[in-house]
Order: sequence, then structure tokens, then C-alpha cells
Amino acid sequence: MRAPSPTDIAAGEVILAVENVSLAFGGVKALTDVSFDIKKGEVRAIIGPNGAGKTSMLNCINGFYHPTEGRITFRGKTRPKMRPYEAAAGGIARTFQNVALFKGMSTLDNIMAGRTLKMNKGFFWQVLRHGPAMAEEIEHRHFVEEIIDFLEIQHIRKVPVGKLPYGLQKRVELGRALAMQPEVLLLDEPMAGMNLEEKEDMCRFILDVSNQYGTTIALIEHDMGVVMDLSDRVVVLEYGRKIADGTPDEVKRDQAVIDAYLGVPH
Amino acid sequence: MTDATLTAKPALSPQQIRRIAWIAGPVLLVIVLTLLTRSGAIGPSDWTYKILVDPFVTMWSLPDLLIQTLWEGFVAGVLYALIALGFVLIFKASGVFNFAQGIMVVFAALSLIGFYEILVGRLGIPAGYAAAMVALIGALGIMLLLAVAVERIVLRPLVNQPDIIMLMATVGLSFFLTGFGELAFGGNPKVMITSALGLPTGSSSIDVPGGRINVQHLDVAAAVIATILIVSLGIFFQKTRIGRALRAVADSHKAALSVGISLNQIWIIVWFTAGIVALVTGIMWGARSEVSFALEVIALKALPVLVLGGFTSIPGAIVGGLIIGIGEKLGEFYWGPLMGGGIETWLAYIIALVFLLFRPQGLFGEKIIERI
Repeated sequence: MRAPSPTDIAAGEVILAVENVSLAFGGVKALTDVSFDIKKGEVRAIIGPNGAGKTSMLNCINGFYHPTEGRITFRGKTRPKMRPYEAAAGGIARTFQNVALFKGMSTLDNIMAGRTLKMNKGFFWQVLRHGPAMAEEIEHRHFVEEIIDFLEIQHIRKVPVGKLPYGLQKRVELGRALAMQPEVLLLDEPMAGMNLEEKEDMCRFILDVSNQYGTTIALIEHDMGVVMDLSDRVVVLEYGRKIADGTPDEVKRDQAVIDAYLGVPH
Repeated sequence: MTDATLTAKPALSPQQIRRIAWIAGPVLLVIVLTLLTRSGAIGPSDWTYKILVDPFVTMWSLPDLLIQTLWEGFVAGVLYALIALGFVLIFKASGVFNFAQGIMVVFAALSLIGFYEILVGRLGIPAGYAAAMVALIGALGIMLLLAVAVERIVLRPLVNQPDIIMLMATVGLSFFLTGFGELAFGGNPKVMITSALGLPTGSSSIDVPGGRINVQHLDVAAAVIATILIVSLGIFFQKTRIGRALRAVADSHKAALSVGISLNQIWIIVWFTAGIVALVTGIMWGARSEVSFALEVIALKALPVLVLGGFTSIPGAIVGGLIIGIGEKLGEFYWGPLMGGGIETWLAYIIALVFLLFRPQGLFGEKIIERI
């Protein structure tokens, strides 16, 4: 697998900044005045009890939702209403909490779909399926095969993903996101519903992606052991507000976090 | 002794039994009927004879008539497949049954004729091939315009709405196109510009065992053009980036958005492609009769084809079309007289119904995958 396309931002600098973001659906406030940043190359965890607004936060970052207030700056550019298409083109890839794959398509086609933005040979050649379009298809197929090797899913290459067990579906979804060679990878509960062995595999893949390719990763996860082991910095949300931000050790000792998770005696 | 001899051989699997029954059943039926007929137990006046024996005797003794019927069935089948294809394309990409496909056929054909009439009648361009080609490009432009308009005005505001809303929107679209078409082109039937387009007319006779059959040149052209169109669209949507993106959109809107597929672009491509298919269909069907708003009902002919082939499969549309086309013509010719003729109009639905009993998802429909 090759590294993502190089950018002007050096490792350790802020690549994505969330400033005073609020999000409301009518009267329901999903997020209130949340600010944090993600630095290039780090693994950033977003944690919090159920309904804390973690997924809403990811949806804002990748353009599914538009913040009611505040702004999100990605690679130095602020766009008030970034659409999912633009987020993807800018280098933000994501996976979903409830796997969102193309169920009727094979593993291979699902991951190839992740290459959509990298393929640009014109409509005309596509129609003929010849010349440049064919060469392009082959080139990207090579890339996809490397991802398949990396994620150890060679045996399910041609299987329609709807038939796969949940753990493998999550892996294919990661593969599709990786195929985009993203600058920032958003993972929404990548280990939900997995057994121990599958979790260990997934941890290994995430660390490999981070270490080998320097991909910036933001992940939501409920398994505290995983969060503490994987992440460089953790932001904690509760009822749509940020209650803590720091290294795993700092967050673990934070009284507000302990209260949020264990409850406060009345 | 090896392991193989130790393990008991399993009995035939249910699938094998079913397969044997499917082959053995008809063979047995044929043998029984032959014996009964030979022994004189059933004669030409019996209903069993008329339904089960007589048609096949006729087929055997007059092979030229059989070949003629099969050919007509084949041509009709290819044209049905073409209409069905228009539905399949849009259904695959947006999960919407496009009620307006029938009127799109009429609309496309009328724009073609309309452009040609303007070019020849008002601008004084000599009638013929050149004018027809310009008109063809104009009609394609109209279909592109229609695709963009549908995407902007109908689909975009309805993203993520339930399918039934989308269906109703296409019903509305069909009413709009009918009204707009009558306003723009008038309600009178028009004659397709067949010869100007360079489509062959006339017919020739071909020698076959038992006599001669009559083949319309137009039918040959229709079959060839439709086949080329269907096959190239099939490859396009199965094997290319845009095709993959299209199937992706059909499966999950949000996942497609997250990998950077633009829904708007895909929808325009799909509706434009459906428009091209509608134009070709309009030319072919229009050339066989005339172009009027009544032609809209041929869309209903596509329904049994879709039920048979599955709403999501291009090969299904082809095979479904051929089965309906050939089945319909054979039924009409050999069994029709028993019921006073005219069974062509409803036989297609009966064939589809029978298939539906055995394969609810159609012959080639996507397997219904559901993990519980």
C-alpha cells in the first residue's frame, strides 16, 4: 500500500480544527459549543456515554450535517457548508456505526468504489471500456489488491458483502475507506459487536495504518481498553458538551469523566 | 478399504430430486400422450388433444410457420427487452419504478419528428439523412435537458424520502409530460421518419425447411440495434467506474456519499441513459405503427418482463423480454384459436404470474440477502 498523497501540513501540526461547533435539530441540541483539534498523524479518540453527540460530531466533520453555529477548518480551509462529496474529495474518509456497505456488490467492487475519486478518465472511454479507461481500471485494481492483502480478506474477494459476518463487513468497510487514500480517517465504533480476536485484528490494522502511512485517525469507541491503548489524545463529550480533552492518562483521572461514566451520588 | 467406502453414500439431495422431476415430468407426459393418441383413447375432438397434442403436431408438420412465429416472437422480445431496460436502469440507480418511462418513449419520438418537421418544413433544409441526423441530435439534447430537469426539480428535493413518494413523483412526471407533449406537438398521431433515418424498409423471403418465411428488414435492423444497445449498456454498468458508482448509489446513499460519489451526477447519467433508450424504443416501435400518445401503453408490456427478469438485472430484462415475446407469439398462433384469438394481450401477464410462483425475485433478480 502506498502512503496518501503528500500535503503541505507537517506531522504534529493541526490538520482539522473544530471551533465552537453547535448543532441543533429543532429544539434538540445535539452539540453545544464544542471545540477541539486533530493533529496530523495522531490517533484521536472521541468518547462519551450513549447519546453524547459523538456520531453527530463525525457527521459534521464529513459534511452529512452542517453545524448550526461555529466552524470546522480542514487543511487551513473553512467551508461553511461542506458537502459530503467535497469532504471526500478533500481527503476525509469514514466508516459507519451500523456498517454502510454496498450489500449486493462483491468485496472487490466495494473497495473499488472507494477509488471513484481517484479515477478520472472521461465518460467517453468509460462507455467504450477501452484504452485509457481500461489501463486505469487495471492500475486501481492493483492498489485495491494491496489493500485486500493488507486486511487479510483475500478469501472473500468475490463474495457479496451482504453475506459476510459482521466482523468481516467492518473490515471491508475499513478497506473501502483506505482505498480513498485519506488524509483523515474517521472511524465510528470500528470494534462494535466484535469478539476479542476480531477486536485485536482491528486494533492491529488501525495501528498499522497510523504507523506505516501516517494517516490521521479520529475514532469513536466504547471499549475503554482499546481507546486507552490506541489513542494519542482523547476528547470526551457528554450531552453534547465537551467535558475533557487530553492524553488517555489525563482523561482517565478527570473527575468530570469519572462522574459522566459512573454517575454522581445524589 | 478406504474411507470413502466406509461412509454411507448420502441419498439424492432435494435439489437433485427436483431437477430430475423437472426433466422427467415433461418426458413422461409426452410418452403418455403419444401412447394415448396412438391407441385411439383420445381423438382430435377431445379438449386434451386440442390443447396438449394438436399444437405440437402442427409445429412439427409445418416447420416454416413455426420458424416465422419464433422470429416474430424474437423481434417482439428484443423490443420488450428494450423497454424493460429503461425501467431497470432507473430502478437500479434510485430504487424507483419510473412510471414515466412509457411517456418518455412517446416524448422522445415526438421530439425527433418535431425537430425534423421544423428543419425540413420551416428552415427548408432538404429532407433526408442529414436533416434526420440533426433532428436525432436535437432529440438527444431534449432528453439530456429532461434528465437534468428531473434531477433538479424532482429527485433532489426528494432525497431520502420513502420509495412510494418517488413513485408518485414519477406518476406526476408522466402527467406533466403528456400535457406538455400535447401542447408542444399536438395530439395527432405522427409518422416516424423511418427512411430518412436510414432504416431499411421492405422485406425478403428466406428459404427454410418446409417452405419460406417472410422477414421485414426493419425487424432485422431493430433486433440488431436493440441487441447492440443492450449489450453495451450491460457491460458499461457492470464493469466501469460509473457503473460501479451507479450500483453503489442503489445500495446505500450515505455510503456512496462518503466515498465521494456525487448522487446528482449519477442520477443525471442514469436518466439520460434511460432517455436514450426511450428514444431508440420510440423510433423502433414508432416505425412499426405510428407515433401517438397511445404508444405509452407499451410500457405496461414491460411489467411482465420485469417481473420475470427481476427489476435489477439487465440480463434478466433480455431473457425476460425474449421469453415473453416468444411465448406470446407461440401462444397466440397455436393456442389462441381455441379461445377465439386475441390472447396475446393478457398471456404475458399469465406467463409472468406462473414464474412468480416459483421465483419471487425474478429469474435474475438480486438474491434477497438478509442476515438475521
